[in-house]
Amino acid sequence: MAGKIETPPLTGDKLPIPPVSPGAMANLSPNRAAEGHNTFLNFPGVRVGDWKEKAVEKMGDLLDKYKSLRVFMDICVKCGSCTDKCHYFLGTGDPNNMPVARQELMRKVYRKEFTLGGKLFPGLSRAEEMSEDVLAQWWSYYHQCSQCRRCSVYCPYGIDTAEISMAAREIMDSVGVGQKYCNEILGKVLEIGNNLGINPHALANTLEFVEEEQEEESQVKVRYPMDESGADVLLIAPSADFFSSPHIEGFTGYGKIFHEAGVSWTVSSYASEFANFGMFIGSYDTMRRVAERIREAAHDLKVKRIVVGECGHAWRVGYSFWNTLIGPFDFLDPSYRTPTHICEFTWDLIQRDGVKLDKSANDERVVTFHDSCNVSRASRMGDMPGGQYDIPRNIIKAVCNHFVDMDEETIKEATYCCGGGGGLLTDELMDLRVKGALPRANALHGVMESHGVNTMAMICAICKAQFTKVLPYYHIPMDMVASVHQLVSSAVVLGGKKGV
Amino acid sequence: MTELNILSTIFASLSYMVIALFLLGVARKIYGYAATPSPLKIPTTPAPVSGGGVVIRMAREVILFESLFKGNKWTWLGGILFHVTFAVVLFRHLRYFTEPVPWLVALVAPVGILAGVGLLGAAAYLFVRRLAVDRVAYISSGADYFALILVGSLALTGLAMKFVFRTDVAMVKDFCMGIVTFSPANMPADPIFILHYLLVLTLGAYFPFSKLMHAGGIFFSPTRAQIDNPREARHVNPWADDVRVDKA
Ligand code: SF4
Ligand code: SF4
Repeated sequence: MAGKIETPPLTGDKLPIPPVSPGAMANLSPNRAAEGHNTFLNFPGVRVGDWKEKAVEKMGDLLDKYKSLRVFMDICVKCGSCTDKCHYFLGTGDPNNMPVARQELMRKVYRKEFTLGGKLFPGLSRAEEMSEDVLAQWWSYYHQCSQCRRCSVYCPYGIDTAEISMAAREIMDSVGVGQKYCNEILGKVLEIGNNLGINPHALANTLEFVEEEQEEESQVKVRYPMDESGADVLLIAPSADFFSSPHIEGFTGYGKIFHEAGVSWTVSSYASEFANFGMFIGSYDTMRRVAERIREAAHDLKVKRIVVGECGHAWRVGYSFWNTLIGPFDFLDPSYRTPTHICEFTWDLIQRDGVKLDKSANDERVVTFHDSCNVSRASRMGDMPGGQYDIPRNIIKAVCNHFVDMDEETIKEATYCCGGGGGLLTDELMDLRVKGALPRANALHGVMESHGVNTMAMICAICKAQFTKVLPYYHIPMDMVASVHQLVSSAVVLGGKKGV
Repeated sequence: MTELNILSTIFASLSYMVIALFLLGVARKIYGYAATPSPLKIPTTPAPVSGGGVVIRMAREVILFESLFKGNKWTWLGGILFHVTFAVVLFRHLRYFTEPVPWLVALVAPVGILAGVGLLGAAAYLFVRRLAVDRVAYISSGADYFALILVGSLALTGLAMKFVFRTDVAMVKDFCMGIVTFSPANMPADPIFILHYLLVLTLGAYFPFSKLMHAGGIFFSPTRAQIDNPREARHVNPWADDVRVDKA
């Protein structure tokens, strides 16, 4: 596989802005959802007959429900500031991957259907009615947006293309045109409790396995409990944490931290998923249904607080949306933030000197940190704005001796998406995923050359899965990818302190 | 007082129509922005954690174009020049609508002319940029060029009245005062002035129906106007059918 998709040689210097190359990615689009996957989410199973009218009607509905959409449709001045900010444009040169052009795919229909100017002078503002062609463009290019919000940072009006691609996907779903990857997974999480379809029995086995592995390695027993009513903490992790490397090493680390903190905890077999793809498809109802399971689990298990694992978009949903979707959390202990990020938990413990750490355990590593987009631009950690950048870095510096940041134009609020977020982590979009990873791969290459970086730590399940898959296309080894709590896990000296 | 001639009657009526259209059109849009709910918290972070912080963030956007500065320095320069000079020119025009002229307006008058030149230059620069940068050319439509041509022509005709074809300023002032005091007076039958005024009316009528609404819309942009406090204060989605009411 590697080699089939062409990647440019990395320089580590500032990436050149590619010349526009119309249609370069026009033929790439995701697989369609099967009928059952759509109907399970209360969407029409197949494309409805009067889909054009229905789509326009839905757009009107969303314009009345979302201030973001209503305002963003009107106020773009086409200043061009966002045009070179999207990793997919930088990687492909396709002008429809410039954020403003992506927005225009919807705006042209908006103008035609909802504005006087567009009705009277369609040519002047490029107004266009909904058509088979427009739908094809939507299908393709609204699935070439990872909803990373990088464009919104540089827009003088904060126009967030993610809001528009979410709306577009919701409109398409509402007329029976759904994306397989997202809708299928949403079916699994709503039916089984997690995206991977791990049943309670298999989950129990996994936890047992982690427990045994850990004990074998450290000779200290750390518990990884499931469905334990009355535990202090309900841990909600992305299900990849139960499954593959380097996610599971991070999960092992969460357990050690709880152990050292002396806090009882449990996972839930009913709500064994932090990820919430309802956001990717823009469906408020679906997003709420997925989140609701977590509220129920927390309630039923009578926990005091909810702590969540390393997952970027899910942290956005948890941090920014949960309180609206499934709050108020008046049945939890109000002295804790709901939800608490595992990084907040760990950093708090480190600051209280509640855990003994042996940095030298990570001495063979030179570490850099990849800021995940939803954490960086759609959430916070701690009390101060920017805590989402500082806290993970502080943790890494507390557990590693060698840390270096990548080029500042590629980190923190300016961070580049891994290329696989937003519901695009599916094989048929591999071409896009590889090309979209170019800006990050290039910056990583820079610090590999200059500082000998051999580890890129991160706190997002999608980023981890994406990078392990696409970095080899850039001749970067996949085992560079690490969980932050994997580094923590290595450094924790079990039983070194009694937790507070 | 002399009778209103036909030309002035037409323009006075047009003026009131455009003023009404502008006010109603902008009010309708702003009402739409304000009335549409925000179901979720979506500030682009890092974002202020208090209302005061949001005021400061918004001020930095509106006055300094902070995000544009981060995005593209040249466009920022062109944009700042365009908007600052436009504001100064508008301010200078207050002297046609006030009697006596406030001292500050009088003070700014000479700078106003300079600003007019700057505005023309900025419009020209932004126009050329639209054509020259391939990415911006790709996204630019007739409407984008139209807006720049409109403002550029306004600046050009305005400057022409100052430097080339001197207009009867006293008569312009009488006409303008007439409009704002609802007792229309005759306008100078000067082709450049008429053209200039026609462009003003076009701009006023076009404004509420165009991207020029960015001027009001930015204040409603949730990514910039929301406070980052979703865990601390529960944000309620007014249209969710399952709203749980907070227990008091
Ligand atoms: S930066 Fe904002 S206003 Fe400028 S072109 Fe992009 S979306 Fe439009
Ligand atoms: S949200 Fe991210 S992926 Fe989507 S258009 Fe903006 S920069 Fe590109």
